[in-house]
Amino acid sequence: MVRYISRRTLLMIPVVFVVSMIVFFIIQLPPGDFISGYAAKMSTSGEIMDEQALAQLREAYGLNRPWYTQYFTWIWGIVTEGDFGYSLSYNRPVADIIGQYMGVTLMVSIVTMLFTYIIAIPIGVLSAVKQYSFFDYLSTGIGFLGMATPNFLFAIILMFLSFKWWGDPMLGLFSPEFADAPWTSAKWIDLLKHMVIPVIVIGTSNTCELIRVMRGQMLDEMTKPHILTARAKGLPEWRILIKYSMRAAINPIISTIGWSLTTIFTGSTITAIVLNLPTQGPVMHKALLSQDMYLAGSWLLLMAVFTLLGTLISDILLAWLDPRIRLERKGA
Amino acid sequence: MVSQTKAIMRRFIRARGKQGPNPDQAVSHWRLMCRELKRHKLARVSLIILAVLYLVALLGRFIAPQGLESYSSEYMNSAPSKVRFIDAEGKFHLQPFVYGLKSERDPETLRKRFVEDASQIYPIKLFARGESYSVFGLFDTDVHLFGVDEPGRLFLFGTDGMGRDLFSRVVLGSQVSLTVPLVGVSISFVLGLLIGGISGYAGGRVDAVIQRFIDIVRSFPTLPLWMALAAAIPPRVGVIEMFFYITIIMAFIEWTGLARVVRSKFIALRSEDYVTAAKIAGVSDMKIIFVHLVPGFISYLVVAATLAIPGMIIGETAMSFLGLGIRSPATSWGVLMQEAQQIENVALYPWKLIPLVFVIVTVLAFNFFGDGLRDAADPYSHENSLKTAGRKGKRKWTRRSKPLSM
Amino acid sequence: MDKTQQAAVDVAGQADLVSRPEPPVQETLVLEVKGLRVGFRTEAGLLQAVNGVDLTIGRGRTLALVGESGCGKSVTGRALLALQPKHAEVEGEIWLSPGSKGDGAGRALDPGRVDLLQLRPSGREMRAVRGGRVSMIFQEPMTALSPLHTVGDQIMENVLLHRTRNRREARQIALDMMERVGIGHAKRRLNQYPHEFSGGMRQRVVIAMALSCQPSLLIADEPTTALDVTIQAQVLELMKHLQQEIGMAILFITHDLGVVAETADEVAVMYLGRIVERATVHELFRAPKHPYTKGLLHSIPRIGSTQGRLASIQGTVPMPLGLPPMCGFYDRCPERIEGLCNRRDVPETSLTNSHQVRCFLYGGDEPREMSAEHRIEGLNKQDKEEEVIDG
Repeated sequence: MVRYISRRTLLMIPVVFVVSMIVFFIIQLPPGDFISGYAAKMSTSGEIMDEQALAQLREAYGLNRPWYTQYFTWIWGIVTEGDFGYSLSYNRPVADIIGQYMGVTLMVSIVTMLFTYIIAIPIGVLSAVKQYSFFDYLSTGIGFLGMATPNFLFAIILMFLSFKWWGDPMLGLFSPEFADAPWTSAKWIDLLKHMVIPVIVIGTSNTCELIRVMRGQMLDEMTKPHILTARAKGLPEWRILIKYSMRAAINPIISTIGWSLTTIFTGSTITAIVLNLPTQGPVMHKALLSQDMYLAGSWLLLMAVFTLLGTLISDILLAWLDPRIRLERKGA
Repeated sequence: MVSQTKAIMRRFIRARGKQGPNPDQAVSHWRLMCRELKRHKLARVSLIILAVLYLVALLGRFIAPQGLESYSSEYMNSAPSKVRFIDAEGKFHLQPFVYGLKSERDPETLRKRFVEDASQIYPIKLFARGESYSVFGLFDTDVHLFGVDEPGRLFLFGTDGMGRDLFSRVVLGSQVSLTVPLVGVSISFVLGLLIGGISGYAGGRVDAVIQRFIDIVRSFPTLPLWMALAAAIPPRVGVIEMFFYITIIMAFIEWTGLARVVRSKFIALRSEDYVTAAKIAGVSDMKIIFVHLVPGFISYLVVAATLAIPGMIIGETAMSFLGLGIRSPATSWGVLMQEAQQIENVALYPWKLIPLVFVIVTVLAFNFFGDGLRDAADPYSHENSLKTAGRKGKRKWTRRSKPLSM
Repeated sequence: MDKTQQAAVDVAGQADLVSRPEPPVQETLVLEVKGLRVGFRTEAGLLQAVNGVDLTIGRGRTLALVGESGCGKSVTGRALLALQPKHAEVEGEIWLSPGSKGDGAGRALDPGRVDLLQLRPSGREMRAVRGGRVSMIFQEPMTALSPLHTVGDQIMENVLLHRTRNRREARQIALDMMERVGIGHAKRRLNQYPHEFSGGMRQRVVIAMALSCQPSLLIADEPTTALDVTIQAQVLELMKHLQQEIGMAILFITHDLGVVAETADEVAVMYLGRIVERATVHELFRAPKHPYTKGLLHSIPRIGSTQGRLASIQGTVPMPLGLPPMCGFYDRCPERIEGLCNRRDVPETSLTNSHQVRCFLYGGDEPREMSAEHRIEGLNKQDKEEEVIDG
């Protein structure tokens, strides 16, 4: 197992390298650079910058060099000093900004994921056990609807309803009066209130997918011949359900935790923009629009690495949970 | 016992089939699929909905009363017109009509709003004259499906903040929103078939290189990558070019999934006896691929492609919504949703959520249709997709690898 | 068919089987099934998979239930333990008598004579019967065990349910059983998963599990069908051996007449949900009466046969849907009597104490003169049949 994990981790390194190259290439694709955008912005406020000043700025930030040189400087900084470059729009090191937003993003993602699993597994099991019942049709119907509704549009609907009923669209994670306040119980309650919509919005499509998978898995497992064997042993139905059906059905669900988390992490981008959450989404959006290439590139790279890590975690979990795969790995 | 019952039922079905006309007539796979699809109620309904939507998109300029550029500044944020049959005096009109609109101030909020003026009646006419447009570049006409005479106004879905008829914009937006995924899927389809085919047929080092490349592309998080790519589109490109860029971006990740399906099918079929037989008989590689291999799995590929469409619709909507995709003067459902971003705006003018209904209905219809297709293509499942939703194993190959978390 | 089975059939044809003594029938019955009917509600109507089956199995004896696939034999086997699907409808009586051995060990319920059909399916009493007094083995050893639990866990589960609450003791029993079914290194293999076992070994595990509580009846549903021929013989040998040790009765469900000859004391031939012929193995192989039984025996290849083509029964088993009162085999029967077999339900006729047949050729309450000609014809054929078997 240790060998398997270490081998997989080593294999990730060249992939990350290629990914980082592609990321950088994409990020520098737009014509012009941050400086030209900046100049355009300044000119609208009446301040005209001359060519020489612009060239000096470019020189200072290394923007006049070919993209591969810039890339190697950037990647070298990351590998050697953990320096992700400098954000021109924030006027701060990229690592700083990432650090600032990463915590909240992770918190929202993890809470959402927990919500997803806590809701999806019981509903999936129940609708499989009570197949073709009203509950089953209801949950399947809602599941389809939830999967078909794009999250960010769902966010708009919920915000609309929240505004209609409580006069507050619940934007952001804190009400303005709590934003800089110390952590009191009132602030916690405020936070929890603000978490409801993001968690539901970001989690719904995942939950619906999970319900679908869980239900299908359960139906599959419940008709397996070894369930009949267990029944012929005289095992009570509920124990068969827990010990055999659920135990087997939950495997693929648990093992996808890794990429589930990354999907939520990266997939919440637009929702976060709509809901104005202090997470990576709006930052990334802003960075992309203003061609703040190191910031955007670092986020994109981080997310790709997260996706790779998520897949790795899932594979490891799968190997750990299923004795059949475990054996294969041992042999390999 | 279940298998027992199944076996009995199967025998029964076989026995019944024999009594039918022409029992021995071979039915092609496509015919079988069509027949199976007809039984799938949800898929049938979905197909009808999609057909109507695409027909409307095709006849967009004819159906939409207003063109893309036209607006009426005096009718900003007007609510949907009420189509009536019975007038204020209780008289029934065979021809539906709308009242004229007059603006006034809300005494409390002092906001401008529109109220109906029962003194003016504008009957809704079929084939009314309106703005002129060209039909497929062939000739110009000003006939629209319906409309009211000037100075009457007909806003079926209300108007937006610039006084543009939302119904017209939804219809015209559908031209973009419904074709982007089709073109995108077509591109992925061709790419997937080509690259997956090469990978599966050639095998060895070529296969390994292509597979690693696909792995890398797939390791990108879909949405941020789309955003980054869309941000790379030059800011002042034409409508057609923009459309082209967006479809390419949509196809950028999607083809990898299709290529995987193709590859695995190629590998599975390559070792089939009939392919070996064809090889021994000296049939050329190209002919083997297109005569013997591709027909063996094309239906699976069509299903996979159909199920990829909803993701692309949502992708395009999301990009346009963020201002990274389709831009003015062109429009799409995502662009129309931009106005709904300010929640106060939606609260005051809730009809601005109408484009969202179209997105959801289209996505659902494609999902159900794809599910129906999948069940029809899979000879082993004759059950309703709702009942077998998410069954693993044999249907794993079309399960979406990532839910649409956008 | 293969050599082992051919050999088995040849053996069966000879005198070997006669040697077993027959105990007096009534008092030693373990299982007595009366008028068992199992139906499934389908869109096309009620599907009568089992249509009035009577069975008796004596203590320590083996009854083989034989028939083509789809004749209702597996449905019968499962209905005995109420393991039919929920939508099935079961009627009749299933009387289970206490076994002679092994009812002491920790059994909470009075092991008296019970009608299993009166028990709630999956209720407490029924569950005490399942795996305790009556065990079951299924066809596929590959899928009959959970892939996610160790073999030991799955055997011990049975023991813990019926014999003891003590895990250590259960483990000891499991180890003991594994050794008895011939699994070497039992201590190590106890902690292994099913996929680490070969097919034959897995079936041994299944047998160990089924016999761990020393049941008085074992229902074996095609236990060797999925196995290699050599393994088949080993497993059959093992079952026979354990049967003698434990003293249980076996209901052996199979379509393989070679296996029947090798294992059974009595045979019941099933067709379209009914028992069409019932006899001791010897009687059945020596003098099959029902045309269907004859057809089955004919379709077994034989060493030294000069026939170029293997005989087969024409047609397939019809759907048991809305059956009219007539002989179910009528359409396929080479000796059918028009106007009789397709007009009336066939009653059972006793030829000897131990041989019953459900065919108008051998009586029933029909006017005899009508079928005399056919009967003679039939008897002639039957004689030829015996010659073939004896030869």
